Amino acid sequence: MTDMLSENETQVHTDLFSKFDPLIEMRRDLLSTGVTDPFGLVMEKVISPTVAMCNGRETILLGTYNYMGMTFDADVIAAGKQALDDFGSGTTGSRVLNGTYAGHKAVEEALCDFYDMKHAMVFSTGYQANLGIISTIAGKGDYIVLDIDSHASIWDGCKMGDAEVVPFKHNDIEAMEKRLKRIPEGAGKLVVLEGVYSMLGDIAPLKEMIAVAKKYGAMVLVDEAHSMGFIGPNGRGVAEDQGCLDDVDFVIGTFSKSVGTVGGFCVSNHPKFEIMRLVCRPYVFTASLPPSVVATATTSIRKLMTAAEKRAHLWESSRTLHKGLTDAGFQLGTEEPQSAIIAVIMPDLERGAMMWEALLHEGLYVNLARPPATPANMTLLRCSLCAEHSAEQVQQIIGMFTRAGKTAGILA
Amino acid sequence: MDRAETSARIAALIEPFNKKGVEITDATRFTDDLEFDSLTVMDFVAEIEDGFDIIISMNQQAEIENYGQLVDAVVKLQG
Repeated sequence: MTDMLSENETQVHTDLFSKFDPLIEMRRDLLSTGVTDPFGLVMEKVISPTVAMCNGRETILLGTYNYMGMTFDADVIAAGKQALDDFGSGTTGSRVLNGTYAGHKAVEEALCDFYDMKHAMVFSTGYQANLGIISTIAGKGDYIVLDIDSHASIWDGCKMGDAEVVPFKHNDIEAMEKRLKRIPEGAGKLVVLEGVYSMLGDIAPLKEMIAVAKKYGAMVLVDEAHSMGFIGPNGRGVAEDQGCLDDVDFVIGTFSKSVGTVGGFCVSNHPKFEIMRLVCRPYVFTASLPPSVVATATTSIRKLMTAAEKRAHLWESSRTLHKGLTDAGFQLGTEEPQSAIIAVIMPDLERGAMMWEALLHEGLYVNLARPPATPANMTLLRCSLCAEHSAEQVQQIIGMFTRAGKTAGILA
Repeated sequence: MDRAETSARIAALIEPFNKKGVEITDATRFTDDLEFDSLTVMDFVAEIEDGFDIIISMNQQAEIENYGQLVDAVVKLQG
């Protein structure tokens, strides 16, 4: 044991922030080229699900997760206002203490109806839903087998728990099976997959993967954050679309995308599911969602159940944009449109940021995505379509991309 | 499989990943000396796992910084 320091002695001070120096330097280099900070955009006014004012300019929004355009739905807004009047601005408490209002039960019922499942548990964000469920159900001695391109919330859920974490190559069924096969007999197994992978907008071969997982006795969790409301005949996601939703033990989802507000959830038919409410720490040790949020979510979810026409229109837009950008000469993340996300691959971060800025000057907002969020160290301009984008807007977007692509030197 | 034999097999598996032809000793570090990024680590770990029919979980990988530690881990994991 070392001696304590005397009154006139001090040790060398280590700045805990020095570990961020490489990132600080990278940002400084990027911004010194004169480009607008792609991670500092402010929307001054939001006009509709597809248009906002950015830097005083009317801008088409093509980088939100507002897939079904529910944020300005008149019924959704009315429900929120009513709940503010009736229940106040917040619950100031945990779901297991004073934070469960009628609205929280109502939104869980809406989720059970939407997915045709027995149990639904609502978290304060989608991030917390993955964090909570994964870290709680997979414990010491259990194995989590997951796709290497999983969302940060899945990785953080793994890190928070005590299970052995075994990743496999993205969407590689054989690599997944090899790992399942090697897990010691008798160990608990959880396979974690996503319906839509949000960076490239590609979907998983869930039917085949889940069949393999079940063969090895694993339980299956599928994150359908980017497919809810849009993919599948009833908008239940990729597993529904591929006819394997019955074999999914846990569906994780969010209210911050198609539902158009904020919050996360897990739905399940597991007979013991309700115990989660007492053992899942990210559910217990945080305040529940405000009454207005769960009221808007309930209304939105119920409307999404019958939104077949909107789904069809969004698919049409996705196909048109994918074809338009391909024909213009851009390299895209998928050969065919597989979701509402179309990822345009940029040669590097610098030119990606230039292109992003050129688009903003055209009046178009997209997401600039860069490592470590992206697979294979790619820089991407991620376009996410909304069911409220008109056919004219989609044509406008293709024109903007073509002009900006020439300005930024991406297109010849 | 003893340590020497295991080491010889890992040495063969590491070759395609050792782009700069760094001399491999027990002290060779994957990140600092071989400059493996996270993608290379994933591919390399998959090669080792398939080569020895074992699982090296992320939890175990976190404890492995150099070549010698990897050989020891693989010897142990083969039982």
